[in-house]
Amino acid sequence: MSKIHFTAKLKRQLLFDRIFHKVTWFFTFVVFALLAALIGSLIIGSMPAIKTFGFDLLFSADWNPVTEKFGALVPIVGTLVTSFIALLIGIPVSFGIALFLTELSPPWLRRPLGTAIELLAGIPSIIYGMWGLFVFAPLFAQYIQPWLQNSLGQVPGISFLFEGSFMGIGMLTAGIILAIMVIPFIASVIRDVFEIVPSMLKESAYAFGATTWEVIWYVVLPYTKIGVVGAIMLGLGRALGETMAVTFVIGNAHQLHASLFMPGNSIASALANEFTEADGELYTSALIELGLILFFITFVVLTFSKILLLQLKKREGTTA
Amino acid sequence: MIPIYTKRRIANAINLTFSILSMVFGLFWLIWILFTLFEKGFGGISIATFTQMTPAPGSTGGLLNAIVGSLAMVILATLIGTPIGIMAGTYLAEYGQRGWLAPVTRFINDILLSAPSIVIGLFVYTVYVAKMGNFSGWAGALALSLIVIPVVVRTTEDMLRLIPDSLREAAAALGAPQWKIVTLVTWRASKVGIMTGVLLAIARISGETAPLLFTALNNQFWNADMNQPMANLPVVIFQFAMSPYENWQELAWTGALLITLGVLGLNIAARFFLRKQAL
Repeated sequence: MSKIHFTAKLKRQLLFDRIFHKVTWFFTFVVFALLAALIGSLIIGSMPAIKTFGFDLLFSADWNPVTEKFGALVPIVGTLVTSFIALLIGIPVSFGIALFLTELSPPWLRRPLGTAIELLAGIPSIIYGMWGLFVFAPLFAQYIQPWLQNSLGQVPGISFLFEGSFMGIGMLTAGIILAIMVIPFIASVIRDVFEIVPSMLKESAYAFGATTWEVIWYVVLPYTKIGVVGAIMLGLGRALGETMAVTFVIGNAHQLHASLFMPGNSIASALANEFTEADGELYTSALIELGLILFFITFVVLTFSKILLLQLKKREGTTA
Repeated sequence: MIPIYTKRRIANAINLTFSILSMVFGLFWLIWILFTLFEKGFGGISIATFTQMTPAPGSTGGLLNAIVGSLAMVILATLIGTPIGIMAGTYLAEYGQRGWLAPVTRFINDILLSAPSIVIGLFVYTVYVAKMGNFSGWAGALALSLIVIPVVVRTTEDMLRLIPDSLREAAAALGAPQWKIVTLVTWRASKVGIMTGVLLAIARISGETAPLLFTALNNQFWNADMNQPMANLPVVIFQFAMSPYENWQELAWTGALLITLGVLGLNIAARFFLRKQAL
């Protein structure tokens, strides 16, 4: 009798096991389906615009809701230029911070300083935007922009980048604010990849009489270069999709200017500003297509970053 | 002619100075931003901030409806997102060695983790707001929950993987079925870590503005109906800061200070818990 009872119990546990497995599988499938739905809905939503404009949308700078002409060139260029400026400033600084946190900092300072940098990443982006518009931009117009025009603006070849009046807002301001925002992301990933370098490698270089900088440049960096590029791509992914901070300071003008002092627009800020006010199916659809383009660009960048970081992890597994 | 040794030392000194300067550069912004928030926002905090509704231009008021709206949407988003995230994270950690779903989802989850949040707002707009015909608190909560899920999936998987297999094997040797191993052994052992993930997710969504713009929108008045447009702190800050009215801008700074303190507090709390889990 007890034997029958026992197998019944066992059977029930096996059933529970199967149910539990299926339930967790189902929720994982939900996460998987969400991305498919996200891409699908964006494609369906942008169909009217794709049908009307085709590939012209990508190359036209004409954005006029009244005549229903939509070209995405201005926001696409604005997104790419501001992100590029952000990386130009962000990469060396993040590298310096990671170097400080792994090699130079006294051990007792490492954790508080690392946390402080990560807190910088925690500040909501709308705060960066407000602060950028009300505090940073006026100072930028008063001191930095005149100085830039008088120095870099005099260099032949790049002087056109610094032409125009000093408004404080514009592409350059947006790029700088983005740089401050991506620094913590890039710095903390670079710090993590620097930490996987076996200390034996570094110690051997030191034993040869290498200076700290030489150890970083000739030992640590070559060992981790894939991971560093992955970290930069991750930061780029953040910068491309950043919305609120850019919306405050970029100026939101659908114009194409060579000068970085002039206002522009990015995909995300065009969406933030215009989407709720868009009337007409074509206008809404063109904006959704902008979102689709943004998602596509970040998808490619993030995929690239993920592949690089995974490669580093794999190599770490084989050589350790 | 400078000897090569001196040259190397100079290069070293220059680059290390640069490294210290970049650290100072990073901290400089953090301190400056926090300082500005206190300077402009602290004076505005009063009892009225927490007891009165958002005002019309020129009159006095507080942020009560925005604070309540934000809390309601954040809580709902957490309640929707956390179970999905924990279950999916559990699958990835415990059953993720075989099959096609686990590697694909792991990859997709990492993309979602850094995907632009405004695109998530667009998504919820097209599948929910456009179908229902109006902006609503529910739509806002849904959009936020889509940001919660990837954070929770990621930390749950990471935390469960930290549990040594010997613990699972010990339970299995005692005859425990797998569902009991997961719920009674590994979940329990990584409870603090999973909680940290949830806290981080809450911190992340508390300050999110972009996904709420097209979903919850905003509401000048008191509203407890989740099917109506709902006031929330980030969008109120956005509208008020961009407005020309001085009293609105002042409230925006107060709101900004409140939200930043909340988010940074959650971040620090999460870090504290994480350290406890690591020990």
